[in-house]
Amino acid sequence: MKSIDIIQNEIIDDFNMFDDWIQKYEYLIELGKDLPLLNSAYKIEDNLIKGCQSQVWLHAEKKNDTIIFTADSDAIMTKGIIALLIRVLSHHSPQEIAESKLNFIAEIGITDQLSPTRANGLVSMIKQMKIYAVALNN
Amino acid sequence: MMLNIENIRAQFPILAQQIHGKNLVYLDNGATTQKPISVINAITNYYKNENSNVHRGVHFLSGLATKKLEKTRNAVKKFIGARYNHEIIFTKGATDSINLVANGYSTLLKKGDEIIISELEHHSNIVPWQICCENCGASLKIIPIKDNGELDMDCFYNMISKNTKIVAISHISNTLGTVNPVEKIISKAHELGAKVLIDGAQATTHVNLNMIDLDADYYVFSAHKMYGPTGVGVLYGKEEALNSLPVYQGGGEMIKDVSFKKTTYAPLPHKFEAGTPNIAGIIALNEAITFVLKLGIENIYNYERELLEYATNEILKIKGVVIYGNSKNKTGIISFNIDGIHPYDIGVIIDKFGVAIRTGHHCTQPLMERFKIPGTARISFAVYNTIEEINICIEAIKKAKSMLV
Repeated sequence: MKSIDIIQNEIIDDFNMFDDWIQKYEYLIELGKDLPLLNSAYKIEDNLIKGCQSQVWLHAEKKNDTIIFTADSDAIMTKGIIALLIRVLSHHSPQEIAESKLNFIAEIGITDQLSPTRANGLVSMIKQMKIYAVALNN
Repeated sequence: MMLNIENIRAQFPILAQQIHGKNLVYLDNGATTQKPISVINAITNYYKNENSNVHRGVHFLSGLATKKLEKTRNAVKKFIGARYNHEIIFTKGATDSINLVANGYSTLLKKGDEIIISELEHHSNIVPWQICCENCGASLKIIPIKDNGELDMDCFYNMISKNTKIVAISHISNTLGTVNPVEKIISKAHELGAKVLIDGAQATTHVNLNMIDLDADYYVFSAHKMYGPTGVGVLYGKEEALNSLPVYQGGGEMIKDVSFKKTTYAPLPHKFEAGTPNIAGIIALNEAITFVLKLGIENIYNYERELLEYATNEILKIKGVVIYGNSKNKTGIISFNIDGIHPYDIGVIIDKFGVAIRTGHHCTQPLMERFKIPGTARISFAVYNTIEEINICIEAIKKAKSMLV
């Protein structure tokens, strides 16, 4: 498995190919649509991260010492961002996830999405992924 | 009178701004309106030339600041047609005003008493009453709404009784734009001896207010939704209604005499104005009122109705659009969804076109629950908006839709 930083750099390279925000957003929408479905058994209140506007269901499980994340959201742009987060963090060890520094969000120019309005719950999403990693690390 | 919109726009510096390289199209006026230069100048002028604490000061500047603050009180009194200046209490905003009254009622009510609100209230007119009920044991009753976004008045007439002590209703729904039949509610409530609080946050620039005619016991609003500054609100109350409430916050200005044995309180309005108020903001509110009165509330209302009708027709041409709130009696607010698209996605995409609207539950989660939706996209107008801006917004929505579907 590639390291978290290598995957982040790949994503940054992907986004550098786009000329404008429309292409970036279209790509995010695409990623959102392609995100594998979350098993409906996991789409429960306990897995819900409530943003002010869009909601995210996040499930984590441990497999061969790595954490596998699956998720869903009711908003497609939020789903696109989750897809990126999963690509970066899933299949890594709890320690790698907990210690990761996610710089790609700022680098790909979608920081508007990171606004402190809690609109899409992105900040809580990252926090929750790290919490799962720590919790599943034994 | 026809309004000269170009002249009006020129008074709002922020409207000349570009967002993401596009001209700002500001259609989030239900959340807060932009401020004309007269309001902005009043704030800077206060801090440059007049800053001083109000009341009790013997020096020149304190006298000046006090005079100007009291001048706003008088302007508000005239603006809403109240009887006395001391019926105007300055607060932080409409929310603060409701909390003041609800907090008072938590000491006045007991188990068995009832408070009535409606399904379309803003959280600001729900949560303070829930807290009140928790504290005093009273119960909360909710007037449901009909599919078109109007209050179900038959339910209200069945619900209200001798047990009802206060009815708290918004004048205009911030999510649906519905103008509620507050006159009918007030007269029915008074028949049964209940008091009425009207949340006028969305109403002050759309309805000519006259408290004597309306006969509401309490009426609250925020300066920032009527072209004034944030952090200033008004609680109007009939003299006897305000006097019936216990003191809210303690501190300076609200006292008559303080001793460790017994503190006595100042009469209205100071009884409810503890601490140094937002002096600059209150002075600037006077300018906002002047701005609104100069244009004329009826003219503003009529112009915004034109925008509303045009925008409603245009937006309905987009396939899959559903508008929530279809009362004939509504102001310039359009809450909508597009089939299969989350409102959040529309909001973030059209933002990139310079178009500012609000998406989400608009602090009316029970109303969203009623319609079984996670939220809506909401366009809300002010007097400086134009048909051209609506066209830009509609084009942006169409583009968002084509990206998302």
